[in-house]
Amino acid sequence: MIDSKTQSAISQAFGSVAWSEFRGQARAVVAAGELAAVFEFARDTCGFDLLVDVTCVDYLNYRDAEDRFGLVYLLANTQTNERLTLRTFVNEPDPVVPSAVSFWPGANWMEREVWDMFGIRFEGHPDLRRILMPEEYTAHPLRKDYPMQGRGERHNFPVLHRSEA
Amino acid sequence: MALEVPENVVVSRLDALASWCRKNSLWPMPFATACCGIELMATGASRHDMARFGAEVMRFSPRQCDVMIVAGRVVMKMLPVLQRIWQQMHEPKWCISMGACASTGGVFDTYSVVQGIDRFIPVDMYVPGCPPRPEQLLQSIIDLQDKIQAEGTVGGREFLTAERQQPKRALVELPVVSLPRGVSRLPQGVRVE
Amino acid sequence: MSIAETKTLEQLAKAESRDYLWTLNFGPQHPATHTTLRIVLFLNGERVVDAIPDIGYLHSGFEKIGEHLTYNQYVTVTDRMNYISPLANNIAWHGAVERLLGLELTPRCKYVRTILAELSRISDHLLCNGAVGLDVGAFTYFLYAFHQREVLYDIFETLCGARFTNSYTRVGGAMHDMTPLVVDKIRAFIRGFPKTLDDMERLLNRNRIFVDRSKGVGVLTKQDAVARSASGPIARASGVTRDLRKDDPYLAYGDLDFQMCCAEAGDCFARYLVRMAEMRESLKIVEQAVENLPAGPINVEIDERTALPDKKQVYSTIEGTISHFELVMWNRGFTVPHDESYAAIEAPNGELGFYVVGDGTDVAYRARCRPPSFIHFSLFPHLIRGHTLSDIVAVLGSLNIIAAELDR
Repeated sequence: MIDSKTQSAISQAFGSVAWSEFRGQARAVVAAGELAAVFEFARDTCGFDLLVDVTCVDYLNYRDAEDRFGLVYLLANTQTNERLTLRTFVNEPDPVVPSAVSFWPGANWMEREVWDMFGIRFEGHPDLRRILMPEEYTAHPLRKDYPMQGRGERHNFPVLHRSEA
Repeated sequence: MALEVPENVVVSRLDALASWCRKNSLWPMPFATACCGIELMATGASRHDMARFGAEVMRFSPRQCDVMIVAGRVVMKMLPVLQRIWQQMHEPKWCISMGACASTGGVFDTYSVVQGIDRFIPVDMYVPGCPPRPEQLLQSIIDLQDKIQAEGTVGGREFLTAERQQPKRALVELPVVSLPRGVSRLPQGVRVE
Repeated sequence: MSIAETKTLEQLAKAESRDYLWTLNFGPQHPATHTTLRIVLFLNGERVVDAIPDIGYLHSGFEKIGEHLTYNQYVTVTDRMNYISPLANNIAWHGAVERLLGLELTPRCKYVRTILAELSRISDHLLCNGAVGLDVGAFTYFLYAFHQREVLYDIFETLCGARFTNSYTRVGGAMHDMTPLVVDKIRAFIRGFPKTLDDMERLLNRNRIFVDRSKGVGVLTKQDAVARSASGPIARASGVTRDLRKDDPYLAYGDLDFQMCCAEAGDCFARYLVRMAEMRESLKIVEQAVENLPAGPINVEIDERTALPDKKQVYSTIEGTISHFELVMWNRGFTVPHDESYAAIEAPNGELGFYVVGDGTDVAYRARCRPPSFIHFSLFPHLIRGHTLSDIVAVLGSLNIIAAELDR
């Protein structure tokens, strides 16, 4: 779903971009340091004006995975309906990537969600706070080493009896 | 000496009379969070008509309500709100836990979902189903009315009995059983540590 | 720092000239939010100076559950995501899984799914517009909408036995075929619904109160709609000509004749009009699809080893028996590629997509949902600044925020 011209334009501008394709979806793996420049190029030169989604995958124990976290940026061009998937990989102890909010304001909440769920810091984000979990929460629940049932946080509340209320 | 009682006078116990009044004018507080809330709306709407049981006056202010209907899952962030609303309601008050999620957590056995609101607030009626049909909710209201009539409310005795002070079931967290990757269900009798 | 520059609650608390502002907490348990969301409002008299949304009051870990249930089991959880139009979620989820598997559906299944997706679009728009009507004072309109929703519930109940937690689709097909009774009920709905739609349009389209309360309220410009990732009716009401059914035809949309509904104003009234127009188009799609419903099986071939073969095959052929056995055995199931893909559909609310990572087993390694409500609610502070307190319900209603999809 991506034009070969767009693909070669990105490849020419950024030599280190590695391409792959699966089920007709073109994916470009970008180094985290180059990400901001690729965003700018994709938006201004290639016309990817819509940021569809920002998400993350925790590749702990995934077969053949080298890095811990893989970020996924789904971009779309509203004029030509091209779609592009940008990938970048970051590792512990301090996973950090540049924020996309200055390019697409819609990235604001999506990046906050990734921070909340995976603990990946977005440098330059205007308001990086937890969005879904309570502020006091300490874990990042979608990481693979966090159990599905949690670590008892869900039952850490006072109990109201009938005589008290 | 025989006491003359006119025909239009009925003698009853005050307790029974007060309970009868109370049970037929339940004002629900709809604490609707998720899908069950849609069925709660359907119960109040024309086809099922909750008004037949005197429970149609939905009030969103807890200070005016008698029965809180918790419809939908309650999560960590919402539970303090739920407790606060429960505390704001005046006695006598009852609570209906509508649906599997409010009663037990349902399919959401996850880090953020409270596994049954009865761990943290007292519950009088549990309605099974995911989501329960409107008829089931109506049945729970009828059952609650029976309960109110049978218990009696004058003097607030129901709040004093030792039995009512106890938590309804063992609030013991089950040990977390982790399945190996790729195994979604276990054959019967097999346990994984 | 002035009020306009502040971003967080802490900054706002310290901001100068805050003294005359009134802080009002809206939600999380409030009748006009319809769902559980909280907004902290800063009011200057009746004007909203700023609104800070606070969400997560229904976050129940959908994506974490997706990593523990098989591809077929997880469909029950997607029902509870956008419970106004659960079939659209079912179709989106299994569409994404089938994209990952590279499965091609049977023609009948494509048409059946198209019909159901469009019926759920009607049911979603009915609730959304009905709720907007209710919030701005048109109660009759709400009852009209809900009456038709009951008819749709009836169709869904005949189809799969549940009113709105349908779980109808399966990988490579559906739980069972659509029966002639369902087709009859859909035909009856097609006959009856336009009349109600006319009535509804007559009630509100030129209603002075409604028009005054929604026109020019919550304006979203075309640039903002694209830059802030809006999709679906909300983007189309701002003039973005983007509809996945047209741009990237999936299921049977390529064969069917329908229009993309757009408006230019970008306000609450335009969003209302787009939804009304889309219901008519959806009805057109359903009508064409029902009349041209192809015959044949609903599930994919037995060689694909994904959908359960029918009982006749299981009892009479060795392939059927083996295939059934392999699929139901606890450590088998079907296998998926060791790769990842994204597939989206045009759900009633906007682009609803799933990013699925497969790891060879029949359980997803990661099941990310791209929820339209989440992205649309982030527009809210932008839309409400400068409007009055009473406009909040109109804007919230026209964005159609479903908390279970917002928080997942």
